[in-house]
Amino acid sequence: MAVVMLKIAELSRAILLPFIGIAIFLALWAVTANSIETSLGKFPGPVAVVSQFDNLYQEHITEREKAEAFYQRQETRNEARVANDPSYVAKVRAYTGKETFWDQIVTSLITVMSGFILAAIIAIPLGIWMGLSRSLQAAINPIIQIFKPVSPLAWLPLVTMVVSALYVSPDPLVSKSFINSMLTVTLCSVWPMIINTTIGVTSIDSDLINVSKVLRLSAITHVQKIVLPASIPMIFTGMRLSLGVAWMVLIAAEMLAQNPGLGKFVWDEFQNGSSDSLARIMAAVVVIGFIGFLLDRGILALQHWVSWDQ
Amino acid sequence: MGKNMNWKISLTQQIKSLLLGVSIGASLCINTVSAEVGFPEKEELRFGFIKLTDMAPIAVAYEKGYFEEEGLYVTIEAQANWKVLLDGVIDGRLDGAHMLAGQPIAATIGYGTKAHIITPFSMDLNGNAITVSNDVWAKMKPHIAKQADGFPVHPIKADALKPVVEEFKAAGKPFNMGMVFPVSTHNYELRYWLAAGGIHPGFYAPHKGDTSGQIDAQALLSVTPPPQMPSTLEAGTINGYCVGEPWNQQAVFKGIGVPVVTDYEIWKDNPEKVFGITAEFAEKYPNTTIRLTRALIRAAKWLDDNNNANRPEAVKILSQSNYVGADYEVIANSMTGTFEYEKGDKRAVPDFNVFFRHHATYPYYSDAIWYLTQMRRWGQIEQDKSDDWYKDIAAKVYRPDIYAKAAQSLIDDKLIPAADFPDFSKETGFKAPQTHFIDNLVYDGSKPNAYINSFVIGLKQGDKL
Repeated sequence: MAVVMLKIAELSRAILLPFIGIAIFLALWAVTANSIETSLGKFPGPVAVVSQFDNLYQEHITEREKAEAFYQRQETRNEARVANDPSYVAKVRAYTGKETFWDQIVTSLITVMSGFILAAIIAIPLGIWMGLSRSLQAAINPIIQIFKPVSPLAWLPLVTMVVSALYVSPDPLVSKSFINSMLTVTLCSVWPMIINTTIGVTSIDSDLINVSKVLRLSAITHVQKIVLPASIPMIFTGMRLSLGVAWMVLIAAEMLAQNPGLGKFVWDEFQNGSSDSLARIMAAVVVIGFIGFLLDRGILALQHWVSWDQ
Repeated sequence: MGKNMNWKISLTQQIKSLLLGVSIGASLCINTVSAEVGFPEKEELRFGFIKLTDMAPIAVAYEKGYFEEEGLYVTIEAQANWKVLLDGVIDGRLDGAHMLAGQPIAATIGYGTKAHIITPFSMDLNGNAITVSNDVWAKMKPHIAKQADGFPVHPIKADALKPVVEEFKAAGKPFNMGMVFPVSTHNYELRYWLAAGGIHPGFYAPHKGDTSGQIDAQALLSVTPPPQMPSTLEAGTINGYCVGEPWNQQAVFKGIGVPVVTDYEIWKDNPEKVFGITAEFAEKYPNTTIRLTRALIRAAKWLDDNNNANRPEAVKILSQSNYVGADYEVIANSMTGTFEYEKGDKRAVPDFNVFFRHHATYPYYSDAIWYLTQMRRWGQIEQDKSDDWYKDIAAKVYRPDIYAKAAQSLIDDKLIPAADFPDFSKETGFKAPQTHFIDNLVYDGSKPNAYINSFVIGLKQGDKL
């Protein structure tokens, strides 16, 4: 009997309480929203936001249909031109219409992951090296401490100017705006990963280090067999922190630099100032939060998978 | 001796203007020879715009398939502000853009960023208004005559604002107003309206590094991006602004300000936006340039067809979130031939937005020269220039030759009748002396210096700061 009671209590904690929490939040939101009168109308409540999700989805469907028609028209036009001018090599051009909300989510995800992976490629090896070498740590630490708290908004103008000066190509593989956002994300998310990796490596149990010394492991084997497995938890803590930072930074960078993605969506809607704008921004806020949550869970799952593998 | 010198100068001037006349005449003659326009050299284009209703020709050319019919695949992209937009065209990120008429001119003479920008297509006439905060409006009202129905008599002159500005000054408070860009139509219109009412809007002195435009100013003007005008007014940072639609009607809808005068009343049928491209682009891709001009002319015609019959559809297009994005009702308010001043005071202004009538799309040299005279008047051009200089610059920036080629091919294709265009064999590019200014001055584009000297407030020939 006691066991059953315990089970019920556990279950209610896991399901019922979060449910109650969300319900209270929604109720509070609906009530508060109703009493806030902005110059763009009432602040959107949960219902308005849900209906915007439907709208955004419908817009996406319509846009896809328009894209379909665009490609068909293009094909006919290309055929006509080839008939007229046989030397012409028909080319299929990408759809020129607007990016929908879902396209922008995908753009943001690709950008944040590229920036984050680039940061990880730099940060993890550097962190391991710093953890192994006290002198390197002493040399680089001040730089890290100074750059770590810099806001992405301060980096952005510099990144933009440097990219437009150095990334010159008549037919670029990826757009400048993508490079700008990605580098800004990298610059801001590289620091927590370096710091945590370094700490993870320096705090390895001295017994393990001694074992490695006794066995006379080569430097590479030492890192592979001793350092990495022992510092995985800290490396992942760094990665989780970094990815959180990266996601926040990306939205700000997209907003400020007008680079495609969710940040631009929010800014465009703010500029539109239509009566739906606030509800659409709120919808984007919910999506941004939800994606941030999923990204964090994703890293956690990755950590479990990696640890289990060991 | 002095007499001799004068004679010499006037002779060189005459030769210069003769040469200019010949070159203009020659370019116009070539256009009358119709030739089929070849395939575009560059097919994938990226155009920038600012979220304003007068970007309509670009949106319509896209949505109605006019660009595609020319074999052009155009991506249309909203820009954060006029500076970002101009830089985009200069550095090639954008192939062309919806621009303030003053932008290509200022860029070409090197005020601000230096780059040779041209325009083959004038986008519209009118479309702006000046809005003041509710507070300022309440103070202006006692100085404005009333109609029988209780609403104020329009046009409202800045004379009614003058006591308010003086009140601010007496209280030691600055009277701030917003406009969208230092070389914007809005800046010159706001300055024109203020100065016509005896309020000094301030001089620029770029040679001394002063580009704030507030020297001797009674009303302090500064730049605010159009979409942020209403919120800046609401925050109290500015007391009024001059901007295009829908941002004046937005103030009425939000109940935060009152539009007092439209630019149609300041200068009837004034040229507003242009479509800007670099001279390099036009040279490198001549067919693309003509084709995009063709598409834009057709779009402009569609916008004005059958007495604005297509405007509701145009408003629907503009209210899409990727174009202007404001509510249908807000955009429709001005696009469909009415304008709401004070809440409830909705009046018919059929020509508030003109896209094609009155040869609105033809790039007149005299329009370019008007902007140059205002740049000189407020010190952005720091030194005296000869009348010929004004004409040379106008001919360098405004390109009716490209327009005429595009128009001629549209006539040949029987898409638009010849009667809808100016007579290209006779057109000089100078409009007959224009009246209908709020201060009743007459503007003759062929005599810019005489025009500059006719203003009460402003730099005149010989003045230097």
